[in-house]
Amino acid sequence: MKVSDIVEKLGLKVCSGKQGLNKEIEGGYTSDLLSDVMGNADADQVWVTLQTHKNIMAIASLKELAAVILVKGYEPEEDAAEQSNEEGIPILSSEEEAFELTGKLYKLISDE
Amino acid sequence: MRTFRVDLHTHTVLSPCGDLEMSPVNIVKKAKERGIDIIGISDHNSTLHAPLVKKLAAKEGIVVMMGAEVTTKEEVHCLCFFETEDNLAVFQKYLENHLPHIPNDSDKFGYQVVVNEEEEILKEVEWLLISAISQSIDQLEKKVHELNGLFIPAHINKMRDSIISQLGFIPPNLNVDALELTRHISKEAFLKKNAYLKDKTFIKSSDAHCIDLVGDVYTEFLMDEASFKEVKMALRNEEGRMVDF
Repeated sequence: MKVSDIVEKLGLKVCSGKQGLNKEIEGGYTSDLLSDVMGNADADQVWVTLQTHKNIMAIASLKELAAVILVKGYEPEEDAAEQSNEEGIPILSSEEEAFELTGKLYKLISDE
Repeated sequence: MRTFRVDLHTHTVLSPCGDLEMSPVNIVKKAKERGIDIIGISDHNSTLHAPLVKKLAAKEGIVVMMGAEVTTKEEVHCLCFFETEDNLAVFQKYLENHLPHIPNDSDKFGYQVVVNEEEEILKEVEWLLISAISQSIDQLEKKVHELNGLFIPAHINKMRDSIISQLGFIPPNLNVDALELTRHISKEAFLKKNAYLKDKTFIKSSDAHCIDLVGDVYTEFLMDEASFKEVKMALRNEEGRMVDF
Protein backbone atom coordinates (compact mmCIF):
# COMPACT_ATOMS: atom_id res chain seq x y z
CA MET A 1 0.00 0.00 0.00
CA LYS A 2 1.20 3.49 -0.88
CA VAL A 3 0.82 6.75 1.06
CA SER A 4 -1.48 7.98 -1.73
CA ASP A 5 -3.80 4.99 -1.12
CA ILE A 6 -4.38 5.92 2.53
CA VAL A 7 -4.83 9.57 1.58
CA GLU A 8 -7.65 8.52 -0.71
CA LYS A 9 -9.23 5.86 1.50
CA LEU A 10 -9.14 7.87 4.72
CA GLY A 11 -9.87 11.26 3.16
CA LEU A 12 -6.66 12.85 4.42
CA LYS A 13 -5.49 16.33 3.59
CA VAL A 14 -1.97 16.54 2.13
CA CYS A 15 -0.31 19.45 3.98
CA SER A 16 3.20 19.10 2.54
CA GLY A 17 5.75 16.73 1.02
CA LYS A 18 3.59 15.78 -1.98
CA GLN A 19 6.50 14.20 -3.83
CA GLY A 20 6.57 11.39 -1.24
CA LEU A 21 3.00 10.21 -1.87
CA ASN A 22 4.16 7.17 -3.83
CA LYS A 23 6.15 5.76 -0.86
CA GLU A 24 5.26 2.23 0.22
CA ILE A 25 3.89 1.76 3.75
CA GLU A 26 4.93 -1.02 6.11
CA GLY A 27 2.67 -0.59 9.14
CA GLY A 28 2.26 2.33 11.50
CA TYR A 29 3.05 3.78 14.91
CA THR A 30 0.89 6.02 17.12
CA SER A 31 2.54 8.16 19.81
CA ASP A 32 2.89 11.78 20.89
CA LEU A 33 6.21 11.41 22.66
CA LEU A 34 8.92 12.03 20.13
CA SER A 35 11.48 10.31 22.33
CA ASP A 36 9.29 7.19 22.19
CA VAL A 37 8.93 7.37 18.41
CA MET A 38 12.67 7.77 18.06
CA GLY A 39 13.16 4.58 20.08
CA ASN A 40 10.34 2.45 18.70
CA ALA A 41 9.06 3.39 15.24
CA ASP A 42 10.37 1.41 12.26
CA ALA A 43 11.30 2.52 8.76
CA ASP A 44 8.45 2.89 6.22
CA GLN A 45 5.77 3.19 8.92
CA VAL A 46 3.20 5.97 8.99
CA TRP A 47 3.24 7.87 12.27
CA VAL A 48 0.03 9.16 13.85
CA THR A 49 0.49 12.10 16.26
CA LEU A 50 -0.89 15.41 17.48
CA GLN A 51 2.54 17.04 17.69
CA THR A 52 3.10 19.71 15.05
CA HIS A 53 6.58 20.95 15.99
CA LYS A 54 9.42 20.95 13.45
CA ASN A 55 11.10 18.14 15.38
CA ILE A 56 8.52 15.66 14.02
CA MET A 57 10.23 16.00 10.64
CA ALA A 58 13.71 15.46 12.07
CA ILE A 59 12.48 12.22 13.60
CA ALA A 60 10.51 11.15 10.52
CA SER A 61 13.65 11.69 8.47
CA LEU A 62 15.98 9.95 10.93
CA LYS A 63 13.67 6.92 11.16
CA GLU A 64 12.90 6.98 7.40
CA LEU A 65 9.16 6.99 8.03
CA ALA A 66 6.76 6.92 5.07
CA ALA A 67 4.55 9.79 6.29
CA VAL A 68 3.29 11.67 9.34
CA ILE A 69 -0.45 11.95 9.97
CA LEU A 70 -1.65 14.75 12.24
CA VAL A 71 -4.98 14.15 13.99
CA LYS A 72 -7.94 16.40 14.91
CA GLY A 73 -7.41 18.61 11.86
CA TYR A 74 -4.06 19.89 13.11
CA GLU A 75 -1.69 21.53 10.63
CA PRO A 76 2.11 21.37 10.78
CA GLU A 77 4.02 24.45 11.91
CA GLU A 78 5.48 26.36 8.99
CA ASP A 79 9.07 25.18 9.43
CA ALA A 80 7.87 21.58 9.78
CA ALA A 81 6.02 21.84 6.46
CA GLU A 82 9.11 23.35 4.83
CA GLN A 83 11.29 20.46 5.92
CA SER A 84 8.62 17.99 4.80
CA ASN A 85 8.71 19.56 1.32
CA GLU A 86 12.51 19.47 1.25
CA GLU A 87 12.72 15.83 2.29
CA GLY A 88 9.70 14.50 0.46
CA ILE A 89 8.17 12.93 3.55
CA PRO A 90 4.48 13.88 3.46
CA ILE A 91 2.64 15.43 6.39
CA LEU A 92 -1.04 14.51 6.16
CA SER A 93 -3.91 15.71 8.29
CA SER A 94 -7.06 13.94 9.44
CA GLU A 95 -10.16 15.46 11.04
CA GLU A 96 -10.43 12.36 13.21
CA GLU A 97 -8.93 11.65 16.63
CA ALA A 98 -5.98 9.29 17.06
CA PHE A 99 -8.17 6.39 18.28
CA GLU A 100 -10.48 6.31 15.26
CA LEU A 101 -7.78 7.05 12.73
CA THR A 102 -5.39 4.42 14.08
CA GLY A 103 -8.19 1.84 14.06
CA LYS A 104 -9.06 2.50 10.42
CA LEU A 105 -5.42 2.59 9.41
CA TYR A 106 -4.73 -0.70 11.16
CA LYS A 107 -7.62 -2.36 9.38
CA LEU A 108 -6.57 -1.01 5.98
CA ILE A 109 -2.97 -2.12 6.34
CA SER A 110 -3.67 -5.52 7.91
CA ASP A 111 -6.42 -6.36 5.36
CA GLU A 112 -4.04 -5.82 2.52
CA MET B 1 33.20 38.11 43.07
CA ARG B 2 31.99 35.23 45.15
CA THR B 3 29.95 32.08 45.03
CA PHE B 4 26.17 32.27 45.39
CA ARG B 5 23.76 29.41 46.01
CA VAL B 6 20.99 29.53 43.42
CA ASP B 7 17.87 27.33 43.39
CA LEU B 8 15.69 28.41 40.47
CA HIS B 9 12.82 25.94 40.75
CA THR B 10 10.33 26.19 43.62
CA HIS B 11 6.58 25.64 43.75
CA THR B 12 4.36 27.40 46.24
CA VAL B 13 0.95 26.41 47.56
CA LEU B 14 -0.46 28.04 44.41
CA SER B 15 0.62 25.00 42.36
CA PRO B 16 -2.01 22.29 42.83
CA CYS B 17 0.77 19.81 43.59
CA GLY B 18 2.49 22.26 45.96
CA ASP B 19 2.18 21.27 49.62
CA LEU B 20 -0.10 23.41 51.80
CA GLU B 21 2.94 24.35 53.91
CA MET B 22 4.55 26.02 50.87
CA SER B 23 3.48 29.53 51.82
CA PRO B 24 5.68 32.46 50.83
CA VAL B 25 6.59 32.99 54.52
CA ASN B 26 7.68 29.36 55.04
CA ILE B 27 9.61 29.19 51.77
CA VAL B 28 11.66 32.26 52.66
CA LYS B 29 12.32 30.89 56.16
CA LYS B 30 13.57 27.57 54.78
CA ALA B 31 15.67 29.21 52.05
CA LYS B 32 17.34 31.34 54.74
CA GLU B 33 18.01 28.26 56.87
CA ARG B 34 19.63 26.50 53.91
CA GLY B 35 21.81 29.48 53.00
CA ILE B 36 20.20 30.02 49.60
CA ASP B 37 21.10 33.40 48.04
CA ILE B 38 18.75 33.38 45.07
CA ILE B 39 15.49 31.48 44.79
CA GLY B 40 13.31 31.10 41.71
CA ILE B 41 9.54 31.03 42.22
CA SER B 42 8.08 28.89 39.47
CA ASP B 43 4.50 27.77 39.99
CA HIS B 44 2.75 25.88 37.21
CA ASN B 45 1.45 28.38 34.63
CA SER B 46 1.10 31.22 37.14
CA THR B 47 3.30 33.99 38.52
CA LEU B 48 0.86 35.24 41.15
CA HIS B 49 2.92 34.35 44.25
CA ALA B 50 6.29 35.59 43.03
CA PRO B 51 6.00 39.29 44.00
CA LEU B 52 5.05 38.47 47.62
CA VAL B 53 7.93 36.00 48.00
CA LYS B 54 10.24 38.66 46.56
CA LYS B 55 9.08 41.22 49.09
CA LEU B 56 9.44 38.85 52.07
CA ALA B 57 12.78 37.47 50.88
CA ALA B 58 14.25 40.95 50.48
CA LYS B 59 14.00 41.42 54.27
CA GLU B 60 16.22 38.35 54.69
CA GLY B 61 18.72 39.38 52.03
CA ILE B 62 17.52 36.71 49.60
CA VAL B 63 16.95 37.62 45.96
CA VAL B 64 13.91 36.19 44.17
CA MET B 65 13.73 35.41 40.47
CA MET B 66 10.05 35.91 39.64
CA GLY B 67 8.49 33.60 37.09
CA ALA B 68 6.61 30.41 36.37
CA GLU B 69 7.05 26.86 35.14
CA VAL B 70 5.04 26.93 31.95
CA THR B 71 3.60 23.85 30.21
CA THR B 72 3.70 24.42 26.44
CA LYS B 73 1.22 22.81 24.07
CA GLU B 74 3.75 20.03 23.42
CA GLU B 75 3.62 19.43 27.22
CA VAL B 76 7.17 20.63 27.73
CA HIS B 77 7.84 22.27 31.10
CA CYS B 78 9.90 25.49 30.87
CA LEU B 79 11.12 27.84 33.58
CA CYS B 80 10.55 31.50 32.66
CA PHE B 81 11.83 34.43 34.76
CA PHE B 82 11.39 38.19 34.59
CA GLU B 83 13.24 41.06 36.19
CA THR B 84 10.45 43.58 36.67
CA GLU B 85 6.95 43.28 38.07
CA ASP B 86 5.66 45.09 34.98
CA ASN B 87 7.00 42.43 32.63
CA LEU B 88 5.85 39.73 35.03
CA ALA B 89 2.32 41.17 34.87
CA VAL B 90 2.38 41.20 31.07
CA PHE B 91 3.48 37.56 31.13
CA GLN B 92 0.76 36.67 33.66
CA LYS B 93 -1.82 38.09 31.25
CA TYR B 94 -0.30 36.01 28.42
CA LEU B 95 -0.61 32.85 30.56
CA GLU B 96 -4.23 33.63 31.47
CA ASN B 97 -5.09 34.24 27.81
CA HIS B 98 -3.69 30.87 26.77
CA LEU B 99 -4.66 28.59 29.68
CA PRO B 100 -7.61 26.33 28.82
CA HIS B 101 -10.70 26.80 30.94
CA ILE B 102 -10.69 23.44 32.69
CA PRO B 103 -11.93 23.83 36.28
CA ASN B 104 -9.58 22.59 39.00
CA ASP B 105 -10.91 19.70 41.07
CA SER B 106 -9.07 20.34 44.33
CA ASP B 107 -9.86 16.83 45.65
CA LYS B 108 -8.00 15.29 42.74
CA PHE B 109 -5.29 17.82 41.97
CA GLY B 110 -4.90 19.91 45.14
CA TYR B 111 -5.65 23.50 46.10
CA GLN B 112 -4.58 26.47 43.95
CA VAL B 113 -4.57 29.33 46.42
CA VAL B 114 -2.96 32.76 46.62
CA VAL B 115 -2.17 33.76 50.21
CA ASN B 116 -0.89 36.90 51.91
CA GLU B 117 1.86 37.53 54.45
CA GLU B 118 -0.44 36.38 57.24
CA GLU B 119 -1.10 33.15 55.33
CA GLU B 120 -4.73 34.10 54.80
CA ILE B 121 -6.24 32.90 51.53
CA LEU B 122 -6.81 35.84 49.19
CA LYS B 123 -8.12 33.91 46.25
CA GLU B 124 -8.51 30.48 44.76
CA VAL B 125 -7.49 30.13 41.11
CA GLU B 126 -10.38 28.59 39.18
CA TRP B 127 -8.73 27.00 36.13
CA LEU B 128 -6.48 23.96 36.46
CA LEU B 129 -2.91 25.24 36.37
CA ILE B 130 -1.25 21.98 35.32
CA SER B 131 -2.94 21.99 31.89
CA ALA B 132 -0.88 22.78 28.81
CA ILE B 133 -1.27 26.33 27.49
CA SER B 134 -2.20 26.72 23.83
CA GLN B 135 1.18 28.17 22.82
CA SER B 136 4.06 26.22 21.28
CA ILE B 137 7.51 26.13 22.83
CA ASP B 138 8.77 28.43 20.05
CA GLN B 139 6.01 30.96 20.72
CA LEU B 140 6.72 30.84 24.46
CA GLU B 141 10.45 31.33 23.99
CA LYS B 142 9.80 34.40 21.79
CA LYS B 143 7.39 35.88 24.33
CA VAL B 144 9.80 35.40 27.24
CA HIS B 145 12.69 37.03 25.38
CA GLU B 146 10.48 39.88 24.14
CA LEU B 147 9.98 40.66 27.83
CA ASN B 148 13.74 40.38 28.51
CA GLY B 149 13.18 37.21 30.48
CA LEU B 150 15.14 34.02 30.95
CA PHE B 151 13.98 30.82 29.28
CA ILE B 152 15.14 27.51 30.75
CA PRO B 153 13.61 24.14 29.73
CA ALA B 154 13.03 22.26 33.01
CA HIS B 155 14.26 18.83 34.16
CA ILE B 156 15.29 17.91 30.62
CA ASN B 157 16.58 14.47 31.61
CA LYS B 158 13.14 13.37 32.89
CA MET B 159 11.28 10.99 30.63
CA ARG B 160 8.04 12.92 31.03
CA ASP B 161 7.09 16.60 30.79
CA SER B 162 10.52 17.47 29.43
CA ILE B 163 11.70 18.88 26.14
CA ILE B 164 13.56 15.64 25.42
CA SER B 165 10.66 13.32 26.30
CA GLN B 166 8.20 15.38 24.25
CA LEU B 167 10.32 16.53 21.32
CA GLY B 168 13.03 13.87 21.22
CA PHE B 169 15.91 16.36 21.34
CA ILE B 170 16.52 20.10 21.82
CA PRO B 171 15.67 21.87 18.54
CA PRO B 172 18.93 23.49 17.41
CA ASN B 173 17.31 26.87 16.68
CA LEU B 174 15.61 27.18 20.08
CA ASN B 175 17.14 30.04 22.08
CA VAL B 176 17.62 28.69 25.60
CA ASP B 177 19.39 30.59 28.39
CA ALA B 178 20.19 27.34 30.20
CA LEU B 179 18.97 23.78 30.61
CA GLU B 180 17.87 22.32 33.93
CA LEU B 181 18.81 18.83 35.11
CA THR B 182 17.22 16.97 38.02
CA ARG B 183 19.09 15.96 41.14
CA HIS B 184 19.28 12.40 39.81
CA ILE B 185 21.94 12.86 37.14
CA SER B 186 25.33 14.53 36.85
CA LYS B 187 26.09 16.89 34.00
CA GLU B 188 28.89 14.55 32.92
CA ALA B 189 26.61 11.49 32.78
CA PHE B 190 23.98 13.48 30.88
CA LEU B 191 26.47 14.82 28.34
CA LYS B 192 27.83 11.35 27.69
CA LYS B 193 24.50 10.53 26.04
CA ASN B 194 23.80 14.06 24.74
CA ALA B 195 27.13 15.35 23.50
CA TYR B 196 25.41 17.79 21.13
CA LEU B 197 24.54 19.91 24.19
CA LYS B 198 28.07 20.28 25.52
CA ASP B 199 28.21 24.03 24.91
CA LYS B 200 25.01 24.77 26.86
CA THR B 201 24.81 26.10 30.39
CA PHE B 202 23.32 23.65 32.89
CA ILE B 203 21.70 24.28 36.24
CA LYS B 204 20.30 22.01 38.91
CA SER B 205 17.44 22.96 41.17
CA SER B 206 15.29 21.46 43.88
CA ASP B 207 11.91 21.53 42.07
CA ALA B 208 10.61 21.65 45.65
CA HIS B 209 6.93 20.91 46.18
CA CYS B 210 7.26 20.45 49.95
CA ILE B 211 9.02 22.56 52.54
CA ASP B 212 11.83 20.14 53.37
CA LEU B 213 13.08 20.22 49.79
CA VAL B 214 13.34 24.03 49.44
CA GLY B 215 16.97 24.77 48.57
CA ASP B 216 17.82 21.08 48.95
CA VAL B 217 19.44 21.18 45.50
CA TYR B 218 21.10 24.32 44.18
CA THR B 219 23.65 25.46 41.62
CA GLU B 220 26.69 27.55 42.50
CA PHE B 221 27.02 30.79 40.55
CA LEU B 222 30.16 32.92 40.55
CA MET B 223 29.00 36.54 40.42
CA ASP B 224 29.59 40.05 41.69
CA GLU B 225 26.25 40.27 43.50
CA ALA B 226 22.93 38.48 43.73
CA SER B 227 20.76 40.06 41.04
CA PHE B 228 18.76 39.17 37.93
CA LYS B 229 21.36 40.87 35.71
CA GLU B 230 24.25 38.97 37.26
CA VAL B 231 22.39 35.66 36.91
CA LYS B 232 21.86 36.42 33.23
CA MET B 233 25.57 37.21 32.83
CA ALA B 234 26.61 34.03 34.63
CA LEU B 235 24.34 31.90 32.43
CA ARG B 236 26.06 33.46 29.42
CA ASN B 237 29.54 33.16 30.90
CA GLU B 238 30.12 36.91 30.61
CA GLU B 239 32.90 38.95 32.22
CA GLY B 240 34.12 36.19 34.47
CA ARG B 241 30.67 35.27 35.78
CA MET B 242 29.93 31.58 35.52
CA VAL B 243 27.79 28.68 36.61
CA ASP B 244 28.77 25.47 38.36
CA PHE B 245 32.48 26.07 37.72
